[in-house]
Amino acid sequence: MSTTTAATSVTLDVTVDVPPETAFRVFTEEFDAVKPREHNLLAVPIERTVFEPRVGGHIYDRGTDGTECRWARVLAYDPPDRVVFSWDISPRWQLETDPARASEVEVRFLPASGSRTRVVLEHRHLDRHGEGWEGLAQGMASDGAWPLYLRRFADAAEQAGSEPA
Amino acid sequence: MGDPSRRRIVRLLAAGPSSVAELAALLPISRPAVSQHLKLLRDAGLVVVRPQGTRRIYQVDPEGLAALRAELDGFWGSALANFVTLTEQHSKETGP
Repeated sequence: MSTTTAATSVTLDVTVDVPPETAFRVFTEEFDAVKPREHNLLAVPIERTVFEPRVGGHIYDRGTDGTECRWARVLAYDPPDRVVFSWDISPRWQLETDPARASEVEVRFLPASGSRTRVVLEHRHLDRHGEGWEGLAQGMASDGAWPLYLRRFADAAEQAGSEPA
Repeated sequence: MGDPSRRRIVRLLAAGPSSVAELAALLPISRPAVSQHLKLLRDAGLVVVRPQGTRRIYQVDPEGLAALRAELDGFWGSALANFVTLTEQHSKETGP
């Protein structure tokens, strides 16, 4: 897996041993198992994360008590080539209700040699989150939430990082 | 950020500024390796360095955008690692 960065985006790139049709299907239909569970905006544990496979659909977490958190809008759904969805989560990990202040994620599934697929994930327009990330900087400077967030996902990241990727 | 050592360095620096020697003491890699990771993190705009006496102290870039990038990089890094594991299962099921 490799990572490149531009000032306002994060891009990750991974190649998998399945054709684009399978890669696309796994990413969307099994998104519940793709998304790191640690990130949860609900007050209760997540029972399931659902990726609605159509433009205008949502990605939402459903809590164990039935409550839902719709944190992404599906903006493009072009199997097996790509999917684009909004990221309606502020840098403070709260739901962002203003679409103009949401970033977006594009995942492309590019055919590679030997029935493999190169998956390129770009999370872009991070600057749209505007004041939120300035607030995040203050939080960091004041020994606030940022190290906490980081610790929350670091365990999962380390676990994932220890597996062959 | 695909590299576990690099993620750990960012994690340690998020907890507080450190020198190369302090980081190396906490990680199972050599000082030159830590320096190499720090160089990549600086190039990516995630980490900044400031002199303190004769020492160079590294810290996470106080600009929140870099912090957000680091966090999302970790989030999607975990997600894609999960994704790879899932596709490997499919590959076994349908493979030769």
